[in-house]
Amino acid sequence: MSDLTALNVVELQQALSSGETTSVEVTRAHLDRIAAEDGTLGAYLHVDGEAALRRAAEVDASGAAGTGLAGIPVALKDVFVTEGVPTTSGSRILEGWRPPYSATVAQRLADAGTVLLGKTNMDEFAMGSSTENSAYRPTRNPWDHDRIPGGSSGGSSAAVAGRLAPVALGTDTGGSIRQPAAVTGLVGHKPTYGSVSRYGLIAFSSSLDQAGPMARTVLDAALVHEVIGGHDPRDSTSIDAPVPTVVEAARRGAGGDLAGLRVGVVRELGGDGAREGYDAGVLERVAEAVALLEGAGAEVREVSCPSFGLALPAYYLIAPSEASSNLARFEGMRFGLRVGDDGSRDIDEVMALTREQGFGPEVKRRIILGTYALSAGYYDAYYGQAQKVRTLINRDFLAAFDDVDVLVSPTSPTVAWPIGARVDDPLAMYAADLCTLPASLAGVPAISVPCGLSEGLPVGLQVMAPALADDRCYRVAAAVEAALGAPLTDRLGERAA
Amino acid sequence: MSTEPAPDTAAHPALDRQDIAHLARLARLAVTDEELDRFAGQLGAVLDAVAQVQRADVDDVAPTTHAVPLTNVLRADVTTPSLPRDVVLAGAPAAEDDRFRVPRILGEEA
Amino acid sequence: MSETRSETRSETLVDFDDVLTRYEPVIGLETHVELGTESKMFCGCSTTFGAEPNTQTCPVCLGLPGSLPVANAAAVESTIRIGLALGCRIAPWSRFARKNYFYPDIPKGFQTSQYDEPLCTAGHLDVEVDGETYRVEIERVHLEEDTGKNLHVGGATGRIHGADHSLVDFNRAGIPLVEIVTRPVPGAGAKAPEVARAYVTELREIIQTLGASDVRMEQGSLRCDVNTSLAPVGSLEWGTRTETKNVNSLRSVERAVRYEMRRQAAVLDAGGRVLQETRHFHEDTGSTSPGRSKEEATDYRYFPEPDLVPLAPDAEWVEKLAAGLPELPAARRTRLREEWGLSVTEMTWLVNAGALGLVEQTVAAGASPADARKWWLGELARRANDAGVELAELAVTPAQVAELTVLVAEGTVNDKLARQVLDGVLAGEGDPRSVVQARGLAVLGESDELGAAVDAAIAGAPDVVAKVQAGKVQALGALVGAVMKATRGQADAATVRRMLEERVL
Ligand SMILES: [Mg+2]
Ligand SMILES: [Zn+2]
Repeated sequence: MSDLTALNVVELQQALSSGETTSVEVTRAHLDRIAAEDGTLGAYLHVDGEAALRRAAEVDASGAAGTGLAGIPVALKDVFVTEGVPTTSGSRILEGWRPPYSATVAQRLADAGTVLLGKTNMDEFAMGSSTENSAYRPTRNPWDHDRIPGGSSGGSSAAVAGRLAPVALGTDTGGSIRQPAAVTGLVGHKPTYGSVSRYGLIAFSSSLDQAGPMARTVLDAALVHEVIGGHDPRDSTSIDAPVPTVVEAARRGAGGDLAGLRVGVVRELGGDGAREGYDAGVLERVAEAVALLEGAGAEVREVSCPSFGLALPAYYLIAPSEASSNLARFEGMRFGLRVGDDGSRDIDEVMALTREQGFGPEVKRRIILGTYALSAGYYDAYYGQAQKVRTLINRDFLAAFDDVDVLVSPTSPTVAWPIGARVDDPLAMYAADLCTLPASLAGVPAISVPCGLSEGLPVGLQVMAPALADDRCYRVAAAVEAALGAPLTDRLGERAA
Repeated sequence: MSTEPAPDTAAHPALDRQDIAHLARLARLAVTDEELDRFAGQLGAVLDAVAQVQRADVDDVAPTTHAVPLTNVLRADVTTPSLPRDVVLAGAPAAEDDRFRVPRILGEEA
Repeated sequence: MSETRSETRSETLVDFDDVLTRYEPVIGLETHVELGTESKMFCGCSTTFGAEPNTQTCPVCLGLPGSLPVANAAAVESTIRIGLALGCRIAPWSRFARKNYFYPDIPKGFQTSQYDEPLCTAGHLDVEVDGETYRVEIERVHLEEDTGKNLHVGGATGRIHGADHSLVDFNRAGIPLVEIVTRPVPGAGAKAPEVARAYVTELREIIQTLGASDVRMEQGSLRCDVNTSLAPVGSLEWGTRTETKNVNSLRSVERAVRYEMRRQAAVLDAGGRVLQETRHFHEDTGSTSPGRSKEEATDYRYFPEPDLVPLAPDAEWVEKLAAGLPELPAARRTRLREEWGLSVTEMTWLVNAGALGLVEQTVAAGASPADARKWWLGELARRANDAGVELAELAVTPAQVAELTVLVAEGTVNDKLARQVLDGVLAGEGDPRSVVQARGLAVLGESDELGAAVDAAIAGAPDVVAKVQAGKVQALGALVGAVMKATRGQADAATVRRMLEERVL
């Protein structure tokens, strides 16, 4: 067998079901590659090779390997709680914590017979777009080790792009699946809000957080989506509806026929008069991808969504506000770090010291901002106003989807930037989410699919669809992927080889 | 809520060191002096940017707090097993007498 | 729980009657009721009282990272039922909100509560004090979750101040809690303390009737915060209010208002200002003391809970719950008063004595309303009083009381014997009929035994017989007395008189 880490999920399924290989071999191949590469990449925060091999052996023994996802290794962003397995959300404040329960999506993957390789690095509490805000170490982009892998799911993007895992789960609050997928040449999908359980996902911003797949191909992402999606009675915001037929849509899209599909190009996201801050190369690749869609039979038109320009300020009020409340439970009383409890300090002092030492600067900045936006006298002007802007953005989507079936834009305005370039400038960092925020605020599904290279670095096309029409995202993404030929990450493999 | 005046939307919503210190106290963050200075500068710029939401014309617009239009999601009143106590306390920074041990409490809360 | 006693002693107080010559009190009550659901508000943990610490917890009620709440349907329905019983408007759209603050007994760093969109609003509860009806307006009824429990270790036992550290048990955390908030109640004057007590009493009875909670104040399943303020007589503006917490019995509700009225009057008389503050009630001294004042006012930063979706009870659901409400205490009292032909005052006595239910059950067991009332308010009330217990705690059941009234009515025993029968019942000797049997307490009929006693009395008092025969019929009473004495009260006096008349006249 050639290098097992070069195979995508569909290829691994075939190799496993035909008996060409075993889950143990596939798992070992990935563990070996992690051992060789992760010292440089920094994609993982926790790997337990023995447990993974034990699990793989069980799946092999059960004879299930190759059926569905059984026997396929996966990586989970460290934001998902995993029973008995360290879970930190990229923060010092949870160092050493082993949760007594598992997230619903982690459980669903386990029940499907997947093998957990490890927990991937991330910006602390998912706050960031570069994974430099991890309390443990930065993650490097496999395409260029001096560049960021995107964030906050940068550990997952680096792991999958660098072939340290065939697929991974990320979470997306304002673009944290799509943007890292875009800058590492992966497919990353943020499902419709409420269509994938948030139970056991350490909350950043409850009304925005959503888990989703990151993979090297559209079909791989769909296969994972199908397993993790669907109603969960433990999550009150979980929609009780069948999972959209994403696998079928990915297969259909790969046929390359988009006849009759109406595609809207969002003017406000890199279109006429809204190009400031966008790399020219990014806009070129996106324009080429749109031309490919047209070539596949889609009707393309420009669509205006005037309120999208307010998505960034609205997001940077709503998310920090919810975060300031969600992160209040990290005060060192029931779990995790406690600092300064030497008998001389009262509880308020111990809580404050614990949070001072347990949280990094970006987390503190957002907690303070969110505390401010919710505080008496300011609520209406900030949080309340932001929630109203959210309504305007919803309306823009509804109006647009009256005329078109999907909306497209760049996923990230730029390619991956050099590590350290934006760390001292929060606003520059936040600008990375410009294109991904509208779908987050409206709760609609959006996928990022690779559409070529600029300056030798990956560019992603974002495809947004109406709520619960995730299948459209997969169909269009698969068509783009098919039109471009081989997955973009194959070119990374060629470069490395 | 409080009697603090709502901020003038035209004015620069500056946050000085004292504001940051007050917010940090509310949020139980023991920020250092150096952090106070840095945050005051950075948050000033961020606030400037996010204050753009106040430009939106939203007079008759209802706020969106949930992206999903669900109501009345309820569970039946049925008990499910709790966690074993040793598991519960195993994760605690300090435990005593089968309870979570916490430092001395100064005030009484509501 | 809170301050040292010496602080409370130094407080000057104005005589209660004096207060009212210069000030008008305004009261308000916030009552927290733990619902009697099987499981907690947002998770499936059991709510059983008294379990070993931290054995009824899970990721949700411990606030572990990643956990999410799902609301308990029974708790929502109980809250709506309480709202309906209080005549509230049930909001067609209602939401949970986060009340953000740090305290070791709240696991998430916020309490899931309701803020500007409560489930029930604008109700009222009429209470009666000394024949006068006072309307207490209900501002809101909302649903939230209880906190864990702190145990303070070191220093003075169980007190927070001087404690070295505290220990937290989260079994109670997340138990559904209904908060019932009144609007300010002016105009009760000297009756303000009693109105406050009557309100809590009536509320408690309603919730008990609904079966929504066991409302045990001593176990903390019903807890009261009492707001009190004073305004100078004739003033249109209300004074600054204090909020007294830790008021854990009906009697304490009354005492807390009374104490705060007297204390605030003293402050105002001295030209001072009443501070808006939280105070703690001390059961032992009947006084209040200030809570620790915070360096800055708490800012709870309420916002809609994004992890829970809105509650939107539709008309059909609300109507179904309304149709299922039991007869409420006030309606029941009116009905029984009419059925039993009582005056309002008589009914009030019955209620105040805690005898309404007992009388109702006694009537249901076969007694006449008059007899049942006579026994419970008379002989039984006296005995309860002597023993220092509540009527309901006496070792006699309504069915046994009913049996006793039947024994009297059918002439098996007279009133005096009946009291002896009651002695037997209370001593655990069984039902009244078995006590009559065992103790041989039945009234003697026109038996040979009674005839012999009558004959003996006539023979033993020839002078009295002569008087009677000479026309002084009332002298017969002495003979009746002699017979009764000889039979140790077991004879029926009327029968004895008739037998004497037959023989002497
Ligand atoms: Mg409350
Ligand atoms: Zn629980």
